[in-house]
Amino acid sequence: MATLILDDGSEFQGYSFGYEKPVAGEVVFNTAMTGYPESLTDPSYAGQIIVLTYPLVGNYGVPDRSFRGDGVATFMESEKIHCEAIIISDYSHEFNHWNAVESLGEWLKSEQIPGLYGIDTRSLTKLLREKGSMKGKIVFNDPQEIEFRDPNAENQVANVSCKEVTTYGEGEGKKRVVLVDCGVKHNIIRCLVDRNLTVIRVPWDYDFNQLEWDGLFISNGPGDPDTCDVAVRNIRKALEGNKPVCGICMGNQLLGKAGGASIFKLKYGHRSHNQPVRMVGTNKCFITSQNHGYAVDNDSLGENWTPLFVNMNDGTNEGIRHKTKPFFSSQFHPEASSGPTDTEFMFDLFAETLETGKLPEYITREETTN
Amino acid sequence: MDSSIKKVLILGSGALKIGEAGEFDYSGSQALKAIKEEGIETVLINPNIATVQTSEGVADTVYFLPVTTYFVEKVIEKERPDGILLAFGGQTALNCGVSLYRNGILEKYNVRVLGTPVQAIIDTEDRELFVRKLDEINVKTIKSEAVENIEDARRAAAELGYPVIIRAAYALGGLGSGFCDNEEELNVLAEKAFSFSPQVLVEKSLKGWKEIEYEVVRDRFDNCITVCNMENFDPLGIHTGESIVVAPSQTLTNTEYHKLRELAIKIIRHIGIVGECNVQYAFDTESEDYRVIEVNARLSRSSALASKATGYPLAFVAAKLGLGYGLFDLKNSVTKTTSAFFEPALDYIVCKIPRWDLGKFHGVDRELGSSMKSVGEVMAIGRTFEEAIQKGLRMIGQGMHGFVENKELVISDIDKALREPTDRRVFVISKAFRAGYTIDQIHDLTKIDKWFLHKLYDIYQTANKLEAHNNVQDIPDELFRMAKVQGFSDYQIAKALFKENITDGETASLQVRQERKARGIKPVVKQIDTLAAEYPAQTNYLYLTYSGTANDVNYLGDKRSIVVLGSGAYRIGSSVEFDWCGVQALNTIRKEGYRSVMINYNPETVSTDYDMCDRLYFDELTFERVMDILELENPHGVIVSTGGQIPNNLAIRLDEQKVNILGTTAQSIDNAEDRHKFSAMLDRIGVDQPRWKELSSLNDINDFVEEVGFPVLVRPSYVLSGAAMNVCSNKDELERFLKLAANVSKKHPVVVSQFIEYAKEVEMDAVAANGEIVMYAISEHIEYAGVHSGDATIQFPAQKLYYETMRRIKRISKKIAKELNISGPFNIQFLAKGNEIKVIECNLRASRSFPFVSKVLKINFIELATQVMLGLPVEKPNKNVFDLDYVGIKASQFSFNRLQKADPVLGVDMASTGEVGCLGDDTSEAILTSMLSVGYRIPEKNILLSTGTPKQKVDMLDAAKMLYKKGYNLFATGGTHRFLQENGIESTLVYWPSEEGEPQALEMMREKKIDMVVNIPRDLSAGELDNGYKIRRAAIDLNIPLLTNARLADAFIQAFYTLGMEDIQIKSWKEYK
Repeated sequence: MATLILDDGSEFQGYSFGYEKPVAGEVVFNTAMTGYPESLTDPSYAGQIIVLTYPLVGNYGVPDRSFRGDGVATFMESEKIHCEAIIISDYSHEFNHWNAVESLGEWLKSEQIPGLYGIDTRSLTKLLREKGSMKGKIVFNDPQEIEFRDPNAENQVANVSCKEVTTYGEGEGKKRVVLVDCGVKHNIIRCLVDRNLTVIRVPWDYDFNQLEWDGLFISNGPGDPDTCDVAVRNIRKALEGNKPVCGICMGNQLLGKAGGASIFKLKYGHRSHNQPVRMVGTNKCFITSQNHGYAVDNDSLGENWTPLFVNMNDGTNEGIRHKTKPFFSSQFHPEASSGPTDTEFMFDLFAETLETGKLPEYITREETTN
Repeated sequence: MDSSIKKVLILGSGALKIGEAGEFDYSGSQALKAIKEEGIETVLINPNIATVQTSEGVADTVYFLPVTTYFVEKVIEKERPDGILLAFGGQTALNCGVSLYRNGILEKYNVRVLGTPVQAIIDTEDRELFVRKLDEINVKTIKSEAVENIEDARRAAAELGYPVIIRAAYALGGLGSGFCDNEEELNVLAEKAFSFSPQVLVEKSLKGWKEIEYEVVRDRFDNCITVCNMENFDPLGIHTGESIVVAPSQTLTNTEYHKLRELAIKIIRHIGIVGECNVQYAFDTESEDYRVIEVNARLSRSSALASKATGYPLAFVAAKLGLGYGLFDLKNSVTKTTSAFFEPALDYIVCKIPRWDLGKFHGVDRELGSSMKSVGEVMAIGRTFEEAIQKGLRMIGQGMHGFVENKELVISDIDKALREPTDRRVFVISKAFRAGYTIDQIHDLTKIDKWFLHKLYDIYQTANKLEAHNNVQDIPDELFRMAKVQGFSDYQIAKALFKENITDGETASLQVRQERKARGIKPVVKQIDTLAAEYPAQTNYLYLTYSGTANDVNYLGDKRSIVVLGSGAYRIGSSVEFDWCGVQALNTIRKEGYRSVMINYNPETVSTDYDMCDRLYFDELTFERVMDILELENPHGVIVSTGGQIPNNLAIRLDEQKVNILGTTAQSIDNAEDRHKFSAMLDRIGVDQPRWKELSSLNDINDFVEEVGFPVLVRPSYVLSGAAMNVCSNKDELERFLKLAANVSKKHPVVVSQFIEYAKEVEMDAVAANGEIVMYAISEHIEYAGVHSGDATIQFPAQKLYYETMRRIKRISKKIAKELNISGPFNIQFLAKGNEIKVIECNLRASRSFPFVSKVLKINFIELATQVMLGLPVEKPNKNVFDLDYVGIKASQFSFNRLQKADPVLGVDMASTGEVGCLGDDTSEAILTSMLSVGYRIPEKNILLSTGTPKQKVDMLDAAKMLYKKGYNLFATGGTHRFLQENGIESTLVYWPSEEGEPQALEMMREKKIDMVVNIPRDLSAGELDNGYKIRRAAIDLNIPLLTNARLADAFIQAFYTLGMEDIQIKSWKEYK
């Protein structure tokens, strides 16, 4: 048995199925029904205790933790599990899948991550919805064995970003893209490399403006974007030019900040596979995969910027674009993994922009909605 | 929205049948609601009078007419609608729509198809076009070949390699389809398939692959969502309607889930669906390889299930999209704030389990395959798979208590039973665990994913742990809680503790319940909110679970709730008519200012639509669960009389727990249900009944039969096999039946009743208040007694009863109502011969015919009954049946074509799966319309007659004369031929299968030379594999209209003798005044 204690004093008892060590972090919920291997290895969850609302977890085990020749993970989204812990309702002790090599519990144990099951994740989620994401800790013996911790006060991006420059998909005549790693999911690298691009992955605070590149891509990442001023300054400098810039999630926020926008913290964030977004000024709607706790304030965009997508549930920003230059980004995850793949066209758009030097007309045209 | 649409026509699906059941009442009702709220006038064609969609206030105009090209054209000609909806009435409506389009009728009257265009429907229905269409976008389909004759079928099969699957094109729910392992099997199946469709598909079988479905929605702006995916517990090879299904999928990884989702969207875009469709996949278990099995370009059983599983109202949204809305225009109807363009996130698992009734049929093949045989289904919701499936196995209502702790199944060959699945397959797995089979062994034999088997094994192990204890106090807390989390009922726990010594299950379960509550192990109520708690829900769509610590509902304890118990799974004997009753009760409760609460678990119903009531508990109707809910709700009272037999049976136990049962008391219900008490009461008040006795030895039975004479009706209390009841005409039959079907003993007595031949059967449906009848309806069966009232053709008002008979029936009913102090609905069945009246049965609840008589009379019996039960003053409606200038006929729909090898005869056990109710200015018009509505056709020229016993032959003589006069060619078997000759009617002699000679009756039928078969069995005994059976079965398999009852045959023949199809008036319900 172990206990999850929240900042407001609430306690939830559960059974441990992972590694047993006390941990503390921000407690957030995710409503996705599939994709625990992808979520656990998503660096954006660094510092967080994830509550999965889907109750049955572990069914299909965990695939091989191998890497391709270029260092990109075969099935996972990074080298390791990034969240602090995982909280579920019903754990499948027995799994079955042709591609699985171990159980979720075994994996958690080997990476020293706690996992709790037998918790009323629905009532926990309702609490987080009502009171907002909270600090929380998991203890095994004594409630005082670990202190509460606010991961957003730390620079999480610095923790998860790569430490040196790596190049993927090198090749003659290919366009060169700088990928600012704020905690990049490997599927972003896969999506870029698959579009015949050379990807130069650099640390979050690296001064990429000194490099030779055709396009800039700013990745997703954990924590509070206000801790990433170095990156914002570098991006702002890049925006002085006309070379294509694209961002995802944290990338959207950093691009927004570089363009003058302000950021605010959402009450409980968007973490799910079913977030509806609409391309502004059109009837085009997309189901998206999301994982973020902060959002760009639509009303604070600089005068050269305009929202590209909005969330159809709460109206928050889901992407921005520059009015004249080929700069655009999304708050959602077009690389999915996990989640729906409807918006993978964002990578095609980026690749196309690298060729043409401008956003296509269907993006920049002001359509009228019916 | 398109504002040029002012009037819309909706096609219903007609009578409930296997493969096309109550789900289309739900989808049609939702569509009507969606359209009506736009201020658009609605016209509905559906002869199914028991549905909610054909009720007052749902559609503006209703036609109780057959959903066929001819009648729909007539209605279009009269009503001139601007648009038509084809996707809400199952395959019946879809096929009719395609035919209207092909015949240029829609164009002629300028009627626009709203939603998915007809070409897209054709592209999904025609197998060859479908494969070509998906080839265009490189989506893999199952390799198959469309053939038009049996030689080509053989060649195609040989090329593809056995095993192959045979399907008839354009057929409902796998009708005329099946697997063939060799050419011999192919010959048999292909012939049958060709009788349903000119095109038959031969395809490679992928038996053993997973079967996965996606429900996809698209608007005219090309925005797409998948509302739900579902995974079959049973691997490919078992029709999805026959399979246990879970939602969402449980064994797919993220990549697999989204690969199939992406494909589904690609397909729906390419085909051009506007509205909803369903994509079925076969999915490899060892890679990410897949095949698309089919796409249904309409609302389906799966979409109804998906709506209930997620809370996303697919039919409602599809109808709005058909009117031109975009998904972004619509709101999520649960949160009311977020967009309808989203994909529901579930935080529970649902498990659908089919309900079969194969035991009701003589000779039926019990093996499950690619053709559907189940008659209904249940949906169970839980937060563990174990909880959901154990709930579900109780819900199907066949005496099972869950996965374990059931009565021991007798199976001689477990291997075979695992390899060749039947309706009992899941219980065979339970048995296999006990017999020491490993998960791997069971997987090898069944191909069921090991994940499911592991979970079932968990249940089995928990049962073992419980069985180690003999006393409820000894169960450790953790085990107790785990058992409940895994869906064990209190009874299962009691059974595990007391083993075979359990004598009184009810008391033992109560003991467990008490101890459990004392330990604080109680279920919690959770909401289905479409977004897994991300946004607050405005609706109360609820279920109970033991995986949780907090309720989602704040109970006020204000005693303003009225709980209505629903009718459970559709099955033979209880279907949409009780759903109608439940919905009417809910409507009345709301209208009278109470909070309406429904408990039901049937995903095919309107009553389980969360906006029909204030709180919907989608959960079990067991005593345990109902008590759990009542303890939370603390209601003003409970209604047990509108949901058929399931709630009725709970009355006594609820009453013992001091539950306030509204209306007629539990004591009175028991006095009517208990044969001995009821009989004693009838004797006391001087009401006659057929003589009967409960007997426990063969000698006693013989003595009793000596007194009353043959035939007798025999009802065993313990059934070994086959039907539960039988009529025996002589000593031989009696002894054979008792030996074959019943084990007579002190412990298992049989009830033997006098059987009165050539008696009329009369029904009294009524509502009483404090023992006084408020409203009644007397209707009359066309068939003589002996045909189950659920199968009989019923006319209302009664047309051929003596006044004196009616008077006596009224008088007796009054006496019974008074004696039982009835407050609420009730039904009494009578036998009438001459003016002699006998009571056969009395139910103190709504009966199957309540919607029929309510709609014919235009007085809502359930509304009245509910008002009575709420204690409100009710005035006797001032309406007399003699004022009616029209007649209603309720005719039964049979699904013998689905039930391979079953003998299609009518008997004392019910066999029909649905019904229609049609109106006419006279009996003939109503008979003809209703018979056409259940699939009969007016024969063109050749009729085959074999008319049973000499007496039956005489009964049929007039009809035969009419046929002869009308110019029909009559073909008759030996005896009938001679009889016709003696009476001056020409006929051609044909030979029985057992006789030598030409022409052979069967041969003529196969050559399509017969347009109608009248085959009257000689008596009401169980059909043997004789000549008559072969003819009847061939008629069903070759899709030739078949009549097996002399009275009904006579009525039908008389109807089409006097009237042609063109004489049937196109009159809407409201035009009958």
